Amino acid sequence: MTSELDIFVGNTTLIDEDMYRLWLDGYLVTNAVALRVRSGILEQMGSTAAVLQSDTMDRYRTFHMLERLLHAPPKLLHQLIFQILPSRQALLIERYYAFDEAFVREVLGKKLSKGTKKDLDDISTITGITLKSCRRQFDNFKRVFKVVEEMRGSLVDNIQQHFLLSDQLARDYAAIVFFANNRFETGKKKLQYLSFGDFAFSAELMIQNWTLGAVDSQMDDMHMDLDKEFLQDLKELKLLVADKDLLDLHKSLVCTALWGKLGVFSEMKANFKNLSRGLVNVATKLTHNKDVRDLFRRAVLPKSVFSVCPLPRWLPTPGPLGPLHGHPPWLPPAPLS
Amino acid sequence: MPGKLKVKIVAGRHLPVMDRASDLTDAFVEVKFGNTTFKTDVYLKSLNPQWNSEWFKFEVDDEDLQDEPLQITVLDHDTYSANDAIGKVYIDIDPLLYSEAATVISGWFPIYDTIHGIRGEINVVVKVDLFNDLNRFRQSSCGVKFFCTTSIPKCYRAVIIHGFVEELVVNEDPEYQWIDRIRTPRASNEARQRLISLMSGELQRKIGLKVLEMRGNAVVGYLQCFDLEGESGLVVRAIGTACTLDKLSSPAAFLPACNSPSKEMKESPLVHPPSHGCRSTHNSPIHTATGSRLTQNFSVSVPTLIYTGMGSGSAGKEGGPFKALLRQQTQSALEQREFPFFTLTAFPPGFLVHVGGVVSARSVKLLDRIHNPDEPETRDAWWAEIRQEIKSHAKALGCHAVVGYSESTSICEEVCILSASGTAAVLNPRFLQDGTVEGCLEQRLEENLPTRCGFCHIPYDELNMPFPAHLTYCYNCRKQKVPDVLFTTIDLPTDATVIGKGCLIQARLCRLKKKAQAEANATAISNLLPFMEYEVHTQLMNKLKLKGMNALFGLRIQITVGENMLMGLASATGVYLAALPTPGGIQIAGKTPNDGSYEQHISHMQKKINDTIAKNKELYEINPPEISEEIIGSPIPEPRQRSRLLRSQSESSDEVTELDLSHGKKDAFVLEIDDTDAMEDVHSLLTDVPPPSGFYSCNTEIMPGINNWTSEIQMFTSVRVIRLSSLNLTNQALNKNFNDLCENLLKSLYFKLRSMIPCCLCHVNFTVSLPEDELIQVTVTAVAITFDKNQALQTTKTHVEKSLQRASTDNEELLQFPLELCSDSLPSHPLPPAKATSVDYSSFADRCSSWIELIKLKAQTIRRGSIKTTVTVEKASPVGDGNFRNRSAPPCANSTVGVVKMTPLSFIPGAKITKYLGIINMFFIRETTSLREEGGVSGFLHAFIAEVFAMVRAHVAALGGNAVVSYIMKQCVFMENPNKNQAQCLINVSGDAVVFVRESDLEVVSTQQPTANCQSSCTEGEVTT
Repeated sequence: MTSELDIFVGNTTLIDEDMYRLWLDGYLVTNAVALRVRSGILEQMGSTAAVLQSDTMDRYRTFHMLERLLHAPPKLLHQLIFQILPSRQALLIERYYAFDEAFVREVLGKKLSKGTKKDLDDISTITGITLKSCRRQFDNFKRVFKVVEEMRGSLVDNIQQHFLLSDQLARDYAAIVFFANNRFETGKKKLQYLSFGDFAFSAELMIQNWTLGAVDSQMDDMHMDLDKEFLQDLKELKLLVADKDLLDLHKSLVCTALWGKLGVFSEMKANFKNLSRGLVNVATKLTHNKDVRDLFRRAVLPKSVFSVCPLPRWLPTPGPLGPLHGHPPWLPPAPLS
Repeated sequence: MPGKLKVKIVAGRHLPVMDRASDLTDAFVEVKFGNTTFKTDVYLKSLNPQWNSEWFKFEVDDEDLQDEPLQITVLDHDTYSANDAIGKVYIDIDPLLYSEAATVISGWFPIYDTIHGIRGEINVVVKVDLFNDLNRFRQSSCGVKFFCTTSIPKCYRAVIIHGFVEELVVNEDPEYQWIDRIRTPRASNEARQRLISLMSGELQRKIGLKVLEMRGNAVVGYLQCFDLEGESGLVVRAIGTACTLDKLSSPAAFLPACNSPSKEMKESPLVHPPSHGCRSTHNSPIHTATGSRLTQNFSVSVPTLIYTGMGSGSAGKEGGPFKALLRQQTQSALEQREFPFFTLTAFPPGFLVHVGGVVSARSVKLLDRIHNPDEPETRDAWWAEIRQEIKSHAKALGCHAVVGYSESTSICEEVCILSASGTAAVLNPRFLQDGTVEGCLEQRLEENLPTRCGFCHIPYDELNMPFPAHLTYCYNCRKQKVPDVLFTTIDLPTDATVIGKGCLIQARLCRLKKKAQAEANATAISNLLPFMEYEVHTQLMNKLKLKGMNALFGLRIQITVGENMLMGLASATGVYLAALPTPGGIQIAGKTPNDGSYEQHISHMQKKINDTIAKNKELYEINPPEISEEIIGSPIPEPRQRSRLLRSQSESSDEVTELDLSHGKKDAFVLEIDDTDAMEDVHSLLTDVPPPSGFYSCNTEIMPGINNWTSEIQMFTSVRVIRLSSLNLTNQALNKNFNDLCENLLKSLYFKLRSMIPCCLCHVNFTVSLPEDELIQVTVTAVAITFDKNQALQTTKTHVEKSLQRASTDNEELLQFPLELCSDSLPSHPLPPAKATSVDYSSFADRCSSWIELIKLKAQTIRRGSIKTTVTVEKASPVGDGNFRNRSAPPCANSTVGVVKMTPLSFIPGAKITKYLGIINMFFIRETTSLREEGGVSGFLHAFIAEVFAMVRAHVAALGGNAVVSYIMKQCVFMENPNKNQAQCLINVSGDAVVFVRESDLEVVSTQQPTANCQSSCTEGEVTT
């Protein structure tokens, strides 16, 4: 006796969160069944493995049918085929677009191309995340990128509007898109200790302050590309190191601004000249694409800057890149324009 | 020219990409009604076109309005080649034809293609201007309302229940026309869909005409079915109950109109009377209560001379004196009717007077012998024959009517089994006649207080029992006789006293049959049928005993014919009726007493069975009040030990008494193990696993013993197909496979719905089909409803207490007024038949018998005071009467936009139905030539069923409704050909579109705890289902 066909269709589509997670994590039906058996769910319900198998297959099939709609979340809201409670719809979308920290660190700043997709095998091996899940996450990045790539207006807003993500997740995607677009190098060994959160934080500030959109939100281009003019202008910052008076002025301004806000204030004050020189060096060389991509590697660990005190210790609370962009008086376009 | 149909095409969305080059679509729409077609402009390059068309106007006869569907086709414009069809929408405009229903159809409809499924949506507005037609000889029947619900719809009052209406239309099946060889599958499917839509419309119109002739204005319990006969044609047939309904216009009018306050209370949704979706009462056979004398109550009348000799086996049952008695009763209006049948399964209070038991008839026919296949005459004759037989069976049971009546067919190649079944009953003629409305109203109020056990009392002549049965005095009133077991096809009457909870009981059976042709095949089938009926009945009986229960409701026996086997599946809800005696246990007796190990084995089995019974009693909370022998009163003159024996093997009465010891004073049910077959039976008894804790299931509308439903409901359809290994199949192996299939399916359902615990699966409806030699397909549709556990316990407790109280009161009364009981059993009636009835009671009272299982409702009024109050307290919903006043202002807006609930029940827990918008009756075909790509058979069917749900919901929403009640999937024919990567499926669904308003929205203040619970759960479940 073999089951040829086995389906369950509810008027309301039932979404089992645990099952959804297993499916998203890329477990095959057999693995998922094994996991569920281990969870003791059978004893709870007095059920058999066959029941579990059938249930798992059925749920997977449902998710598979929903996946097409999840690729364009607004469709999920307006479609008529599956009647899903709004709260469940939100959950479906949010979970589908959620990503693993380990995975995103691997692809952050890489071009979301077929080439990278081929590397997913390796990433799967490195991270321990199933290939299926890696593919889903990668495709999500790529899909979001494609949709918002040519759009005007705020990156976060666009993502939220077209993918109905929560605010936080939309911000994360903005960061991913921004990094992918500018191809910032994040995979170097020196940068390994930085979390996705750190990069996302920097991305947000860069989007706010360094992009074309930041200068003029009505600009035809948007929040994804860095403002080339601005990067050119950064060359002028040489003065801050070259001119003694300006250096002192700068130092006093920064010290006033940071007074009481920094745990490593005294170290910073003592090493201000070195720090400033390092940063200005980075800033003045942002004219070539290659240098821009290398921004993080160079900004985070100029030997001159961090030889004095290991960076993690004096990190200001927001993230390691605080000194780079956290203080408008230092590097803002403002004093220059 | 009595009607003007107006259609406006507003917009489309989510259209498929039809032009690969641009990834866009140039869509336009064709609107067709009858032979007139209009077109919209082409909306270039968009997947979300905004046509915003003018109003397309069709001036048509109302006859056409009823028959024709509005056909909307969305196409992709192509300059160089033929335009490509994207898909179609069929809109049944019938709901717009009666005044109280919908006034406009407006909304988003899925665009459906039989090959690709749903492809986007289209926004359409449809209106009808109807002119009054005074032509007496008109062919249309606009204005007659149709309801699938098998009870009087919630916001109506039955003035008169006229009776049975049926109609049948035949046409050539487009799939079998010569042209099908050259047209595309799409064209063929669409031709079929359109034809069935047309035929349904025609059928409905014809039935409407019959109703108008009877001076009714509505059809309740409307059940329409398709028979895909293949070469010989496509039959669409329908049955229903014609009624004259009065709309309860305002909430204030509701109370007096609804006969009595208590009735109203009972009707409030939390404790709805068990009214039925139209499907639960399909074919079931006549059974004898004992199973010891199974009659050949099916007829084989194949249209060849060979079989004419095999007629109904029931003729001999109509005894002379018995008939005389009957005549007195049947002087009612029913007498004049050809078929006094009612498709209703739940009734207005006082309607059901006596109930006789399940009657059924089956007949095997050969489809290739129809002389004139395109005409309905032959089929009409077939059904008339069967109905006649049903009628005579009912007469033999001392009943003049059949309630809970249904018909079905099972077709395999050229063989067709026609089945009909119902519950024989004696009805109160008041509801059946004209001109008594006014006079009756008051009287109804008064008379509407029958004893709660009344319906259990036997209606037939005890001295002339149509079959051997075991009778006792009613355990409630102690003065009328009751059978020991009751089987019925109807829902549990609301006023019945039930102890504990009910449960789903199924009998499953397979029988192998040789492959044969024509007559030989028909003979083989008809020879097998009586044995199957007998086996099914035995199984039901055993399982009922095992559950410690004594009555079955909603019995539906389905016999399915396949190439090489017959399948029988009986489903019913078992309950413990307080009025009936406690069932005895099951006793196992061995045939070879000298074998030691065998004895041991037997005793081991016996112990297991006893344990199971005890466990079940605990599980279903069956703890009937102990009544001492004195109160029970003088036993029935006959020796009580006349126990029922299975399989006609004789057992001496002393033996039985001996066996009884293990089960108290009740006599036991003896199972004799004399061969492996019997062993199998016993084993199969024990393999049925009860549902996991927190789950209950039943196939009736509501679960007896649970009445605090929350509004969280989930309707679902589950389909399973198994392939049998063809290697030497035996009956046993087949039975086991089938049994496992059903059990596993139930287990899966429990598992899947575990988040809803505590919950009850209601209206569980199994359908079996045998699509191919080695395939068995089981389709289940049911609704899971969550209930409030704490409250349930409370209620049960009070319930039991109450029944205890009542028992004692009754006894007192019995002692004090032993004589008055009989004479008072019916209040003075204005109608002669009723008088006759009251006379009958006294004579009947001492003469009992039981055809199988029967119910009898009698209007006894002596205890009306005490009992009525109990009823009120017990069954009162949290919503008091006062709340109805608030209902006039329904804040509909509160419900979440777009959510449409679907349920096979006639009500929605925690909500009040305020309007019936019309019948939904839809037929879809889906076909694929890329089965693997669509996820195999499971993926294909899953998607299709989801699409069907979506289309039903969309139509309801467009009518302005927010739910479908009495939803039923009448057909799900699935065919696959994996080698060709093809599959096809036909689905037919129906139901009533309604508008409901949540109780929580209606109530401003409520001091009652239950309401508070309900409210909170309502908000939770707001968007469920």
